[in-house]
Amino acid sequence: MMISEITKQLWDNGILQLGVWETIYMTLLSTLFAYIIGLPLGVLLHVTSPGGIKPVKWLNAILGFIVNIFRSIPFIILMVAMLPVAKFTVGTSMGNKAMIVMLVIAAAPYVARMVESSLKEVPEGTVEAAQAMGTPTFTLITKVLIPESKPSLITGAVISMVTILGYSAMAGTIGGTGLGQIAVSWGYQRSHSDVIWICVLLTIVIVQIIQEIGTRIARATDKRIKQ
Amino acid sequence: MIELKNLTKTFRVPAGELVALRDINLTVNDGEIFGIIGLSGAGKSTLVRCINLLERPDCGEVLIDGKNLLTMKEKELLETRRSIGMIFQGFCLLEQRTVIGNICFPLEIAGVKKQEAKARAEELLSLVGLTEKAKAYPSQLSGGQKQRVAIARALATRPKYLLCDEATSALDPTTTNSILALLQEINRTLGVTIVVITHEMDVIDRICHRVAVIDKSEIQEIGEVSDVFTSPKSEIAKELILPSVKAVGQIKGGKKLRLVFDGESAFLPVVSDLVLDCRVPVNILAAETKEIDGKAFGQILLGLPDDDRMCARAEAWLQTNRITYFEEA
Ligand SMILES: Nc1ncnc2c1ncn2[C@@H]1O[C@H](COP(=O)(O)OP(=O)(O)OP(=O)(O)O)[C@@H](O)[C@H]1O
Ligand SMILES: [Mg+2]
Repeated sequence: MMISEITKQLWDNGILQLGVWETIYMTLLSTLFAYIIGLPLGVLLHVTSPGGIKPVKWLNAILGFIVNIFRSIPFIILMVAMLPVAKFTVGTSMGNKAMIVMLVIAAAPYVARMVESSLKEVPEGTVEAAQAMGTPTFTLITKVLIPESKPSLITGAVISMVTILGYSAMAGTIGGTGLGQIAVSWGYQRSHSDVIWICVLLTIVIVQIIQEIGTRIARATDKRIKQ
Repeated sequence: MIELKNLTKTFRVPAGELVALRDINLTVNDGEIFGIIGLSGAGKSTLVRCINLLERPDCGEVLIDGKNLLTMKEKELLETRRSIGMIFQGFCLLEQRTVIGNICFPLEIAGVKKQEAKARAEELLSLVGLTEKAKAYPSQLSGGQKQRVAIARALATRPKYLLCDEATSALDPTTTNSILALLQEINRTLGVTIVVITHEMDVIDRICHRVAVIDKSEIQEIGEVSDVFTSPKSEIAKELILPSVKAVGQIKGGKKLRLVFDGESAFLPVVSDLVLDCRVPVNILAAETKEIDGKAFGQILLGLPDDDRMCARAEAWLQTNRITYFEEA
């Protein structure tokens, strides 16, 4: 494949580099905020579930319902629908700030389910043993559930981050920036397929790096693995 | 003292209701090792889990030192649980914490200072003989070692009671023996009252003072281990205690006598003296001999020759030597 003049220009003007940086930055920030909302939500989903450490049927049903609704709306539609929320929270429905708000709204329910499934992996007996020692519910969450599922939570965070990176590319179509936006406006709309492929390549590299670092951290923190 | 009064527990299952415990009454005295034995599904785990309210009974009372756990507020219940240690078949350690971290856990919960907790944990580690494993993770330990850590953890807050749910069922015989010896030592030296759940008669035999036999969600029999051993009353107790003796009872032949030893005499001299004194050849059809608290208990099933005079001689000898015996049908 030939590298066209336009790709060279994009590189020389630092547009591609900026795109990489913006993608990473949006992904990291959105993941962070998605976890700030999604982690407690996931914990709540797990703890209040039937058979959980503090079953609350109605709360669990409501939370589960809301999460499911958000998870079943295709991301691109959710984004458009949530533009007013972005305007309300960060004062604009354009640009990266607004995109991050929408990414967080879309990703938080996903993160919540991720967290919930990680916590489910903690053996019931481990939790019961702690209960038998007179551990209060909140301490059970902070000292047993979360530390015991840490490797799985980290793995989940990597998967979430990669998903959010995918979302961020889509955000490029409705006013976000980053590699997605470059691929759409320079590659697709101006018919330079090599620009698209360069963006794809860069995205793959970013995903691989995230995956590799994440897996290493998860492995290093998992004390169940025999050294 | 642990008192369970009229305890009933029902589980809701798809097929309807399942009564796991029916009208359980039992008292565990301070300082004793109390055994609860029964077949799988009898309700043993449910029973022991009712003692610290991991399972909430439908009705009845759970009294620990006279205080009813069922009417306690959450905070008081959590406090009470700290005076009741518990160990499990599956060890249930925190996999992401070191051995020492596991033992410190209940102390952290109880609000003990870090330095103090560490010192206490080290003390316990030496009690269970694992000092050199302090920094290891559970995944690096054997089953027996894991159970030792679990025992150390359960004892960290100096509980008065220790509940053991099938604590040795996942271990090989040698390891089982060492864990049982450790429990016995804890009972003797620290005065911890221990409740042992098991389906193995051998465990009861080795360390328990009293035993409750549970079957079909109900307690069938309860008493001193030596009594239940020498004269089991319920069918289930007989089945659990004398499986081999029962099987041999079906052999056809001459008269059969069951000699019962209640801790007064030793086994071997009796049989050999009987043979030598009466000049009666006997067949030992079955023998269940146990040593409980340093005394000899058990039963020997003797097959006598098909000869009335010889039988009469043997029985007369047993009577004069005050050996309890029964004629088997
Ligand atoms: N949470 C539960 N929900 C429904 N049924 C239960 C529950 N826990 C126990 N049971 C049922 O109660 C009965 C008694 O169970 P339990 O665990 O007390 O038996 P066990 O004597 O400890 O058996 P094992 O030796 O196999 O551990 C069983 O029939 C079991 O299926
Ligand atoms: Mg059981």
